[in-house]
Amino acid sequence: MENKGLNKVDLIFEKIDNREVLEKAFRMSREEIIREVLDSGLKGRGGAGFPTGMKWKFTAAEKSPDKYIVCNADEGEPGTFKDREILDRVSNKVHGGMAIAGKAIGAKKGIVYLRGEYRYLLPKLMTELDAFQKQIKEIGYDFNIEYRMGSGAYICGEESALFESIEGKRGEPRNKPPYPTVSGLFDKPTSINNVETLVTAMMIMKHGAKNFTQYGTKDSRGSKVFSVSGDTPTPGIFELELGMTVQQFVNEFGDGDTKAVQVGGASGFCVPRKKFAETIIGFEGVPTGGSMKLFNSSRSMYNVLHNYLDFFTEESCGQCTPCRVGCQQLLKGVEKVKKGEAKSTYLNELIKLADTMKIAAKCGLGQSVGNAFKSIVGNFREEIIY
Amino acid sequence: MINLLINNQKVSVPEGTTVLAAAKKLKINIPTLCNHDDLCVAGNCRVCVVEQKGARTLIASCATPATDGMEINTNTLKVRNARKHIVELLLSEHRSDCTKCYKNQNCELQSLANEFAFGDHILLDLVEDKKYNIDRSSPSFVKDDSKCIRCQRCVRTCSELQSVSAIAVAYKGAHQKISSFHDKPMSHVVCTNCGQCVNRCPTGALVEKTYIDQVWDAIYDPDKHVVVQTAPAVRVALGEDLGYDPGERVTGKMVNALKQLGFNSVLDTDFSADLTIMEEGTELLVRLKKALVDGDKAISLPMFTSCSPGWIKFIEHKYPEYLPNLSTCKSPQQMFGALAKTYYAKKRNLDPSKIVSVSIMPCTAKKFEADRPEMRASGFKDVDYVLTTRELAVMIKQAGLDFRNLEEAKYDSFMGDSTGAAVIFGVTGGVMEAALRTAYEIVTGREIPFGNLNITPVRGMDGVKEATLKIEGCVDAWKFLEGAELKVAIAHGLVNANKIMKMVKDGKASYHFIEIMGCPGGCIGGGGQPIPTNMEIRKKRMKAIYAEDEHMVLRKSHENPEVIAIYKEFLDQPNSHKSHELLHTHYVERDNY
Repeated sequence: MENKGLNKVDLIFEKIDNREVLEKAFRMSREEIIREVLDSGLKGRGGAGFPTGMKWKFTAAEKSPDKYIVCNADEGEPGTFKDREILDRVSNKVHGGMAIAGKAIGAKKGIVYLRGEYRYLLPKLMTELDAFQKQIKEIGYDFNIEYRMGSGAYICGEESALFESIEGKRGEPRNKPPYPTVSGLFDKPTSINNVETLVTAMMIMKHGAKNFTQYGTKDSRGSKVFSVSGDTPTPGIFELELGMTVQQFVNEFGDGDTKAVQVGGASGFCVPRKKFAETIIGFEGVPTGGSMKLFNSSRSMYNVLHNYLDFFTEESCGQCTPCRVGCQQLLKGVEKVKKGEAKSTYLNELIKLADTMKIAAKCGLGQSVGNAFKSIVGNFREEIIY
Repeated sequence: MINLLINNQKVSVPEGTTVLAAAKKLKINIPTLCNHDDLCVAGNCRVCVVEQKGARTLIASCATPATDGMEINTNTLKVRNARKHIVELLLSEHRSDCTKCYKNQNCELQSLANEFAFGDHILLDLVEDKKYNIDRSSPSFVKDDSKCIRCQRCVRTCSELQSVSAIAVAYKGAHQKISSFHDKPMSHVVCTNCGQCVNRCPTGALVEKTYIDQVWDAIYDPDKHVVVQTAPAVRVALGEDLGYDPGERVTGKMVNALKQLGFNSVLDTDFSADLTIMEEGTELLVRLKKALVDGDKAISLPMFTSCSPGWIKFIEHKYPEYLPNLSTCKSPQQMFGALAKTYYAKKRNLDPSKIVSVSIMPCTAKKFEADRPEMRASGFKDVDYVLTTRELAVMIKQAGLDFRNLEEAKYDSFMGDSTGAAVIFGVTGGVMEAALRTAYEIVTGREIPFGNLNITPVRGMDGVKEATLKIEGCVDAWKFLEGAELKVAIAHGLVNANKIMKMVKDGKASYHFIEIMGCPGGCIGGGGQPIPTNMEIRKKRMKAIYAEDEHMVLRKSHENPEVIAIYKEFLDQPNSHKSHELLHTHYVERDNY
């Protein structure tokens, strides 16, 4: 097990000369940009962890006069707030990352899909965007960015539901294939990347892939921004090198009484104290889009689970059966067990149901409900029953 | 070609073929629910999931294109368990009062439950927690949300086939449901009552509003004289609900069955279809004369047909500025109704207040049409009850008739005679063909120059059809039409009606006369016809209609002896004052939401 320990990094928020990095990137060929990102091993920072270079390569390979680069800023996972901070502090790097991605895939148009609750950031972002567009024009590069607002639906963070939303339709995930790289926004080849991914790509352009690969592990290169919340004396945003154990994380951020950490938000995994030392935070262990919630022994894990299931029952788009009805069944099911109206063995049936949801739901939302459910029920069964 | 393995059997399919279709080619049955031949892929029910080697999750076979080298298994333990879960999940949200349900034994969810979820259910019943709504506001259908499984077939039907979108998906998560604008009752929104959603609903969530008991009550009431009329498209589809294959003509047996059920007089909507041709054909010729000869700018052309009540409500909602273009003729059903309680009552010496007028229609919108306040020209409700083809089949079953072994019988007289021109009202292009057969002959004194009177350019399943007819050798009264080119168009299914209306609105259509039927294929694909429906079935019904036409002795409406008689005895002439009182109507502007 590769273990890098807990190391703070300052890459995302590092003050840079935007223009310099952009000019450097624009001097490179499309292939060179993609090669650099591939070499860096960068994986998507939204949570799913798809290799960014691959995504760009696939989109670049499509022959279409119109392509889009979409920045997914619909940060909706419970417990994540790092994209808000990034947009607030270094939006120029987000815009820059989009322009570089645009160059790589051959897109002249970028769209930022901004979470509805972040509307208050918009005036500032517009001013900064104007400055960016001016800068790009001065460099002599043709690339335009637009902002589109979400309206508070969690599901619109799912890439194809996000496209539907931008297109003015009900935000519901599409059937895949075709994947966005082939047919995305307005049915055009689209690369959709998380806010942090785009900034990281910008920094890879600045420092080079080699510099990036010195951070992190084989499966989880680089560093990432964590949103730390829950029972911690130091909540907030922290950029850390990937590859630490949950124990090392808890040593830094815990309150001395941490019994579980929910890694990756409602759709992520619950790690109990007994597994802290053996669990790596990263794609080889528990992946996260940034959400790290600590729970101490005063917390009822039944309440935690109930809260997540309640959330999913609300936020499922409702189109596919496993997710729409499955979430309701899991929620009602644990309620019944808690009240003693169903036998504790009913939890086993619910786990089977969660397994079906994982393989039969249409999109990542329904497929990941089982993560939290199984890891909480599996590790804290007695708290659910009694 | 794409080569793949399904259950270890090799199959080659063209690119773009779904895994479901590829399996079908191998005669491997994969259960489906949200999938429908007439509609775009949804992939939301997940009943059709199968296992693909190397894939992280199961895949929806209806929504996944086959790719080279794919290895699919449709029947693994993983698939079976998932399917059982999915069907149980659907049932947990569904009020399973099957024995009380109109769709009992004709329900796709019930069939799936039979296969995958019999016995005790593990999952919790969610129905009681939900405050489901039953919308009975439409006179045509009932929308019972407690039976809805959110497959969205109705939503896709309403938008893709009908371009109406009266219903859409609303809310999310556990609250997701199929609803109307601002959750208004269906009677208060843009819904045309066409019933295409009813035809495609896999459960009992959307069914026609039935009037079977009311009709039985009337039949058994000794004071009442119950007349029944049957629409042209019923006779080529009724058999499907009584054990026949699609496309069987059961006209004679149906007439006999209606007599056995106890109707006092079994008459034919085809009679009033012939009458419609006389009225509407004359109206067209008069409009053409006023517009072309008199230069009357107030005359609206093109003229649209007005037989289809779904189409009428569509134009009232969506294009009210074109209401003057609609023919003022009532539909054959309503012409019949108005005459039943006037002409028929007088000739049979009956008190019209004692007459109950019933119609058997392939249509749900006809129920709404009969309820329109304009439809009381006789001083009474002209048509009291409208039953669908499906409801008639139910009555035949309730009466215990051995339909297959019934003798063929003839319609009663009068208002029972008809021609081949009337029966083709049941298919798209039929009204046009019937009108042209008569109008051409009135204007030129000769039969229309098509082999065996079959005007093939207006036939077929193309969504929009066009034809041009040069008029030559006019008789003296119509000399002004000499050399004119009559341009006509035909559309069926409201999505195609919408296309034509856009063309008309944009000034890109120079037609004189446009036939529009609200349902795909015309009345043979109506919302009251036997379920299931698909293109293959509709084509078979269409073929049967044309066979029925060819089989008739008389093929032109103006040759119908009873039509000739009614003008002589009662109406005087087409578009007369009396005709206008009884056989013509007006329309109302409606909101577009």
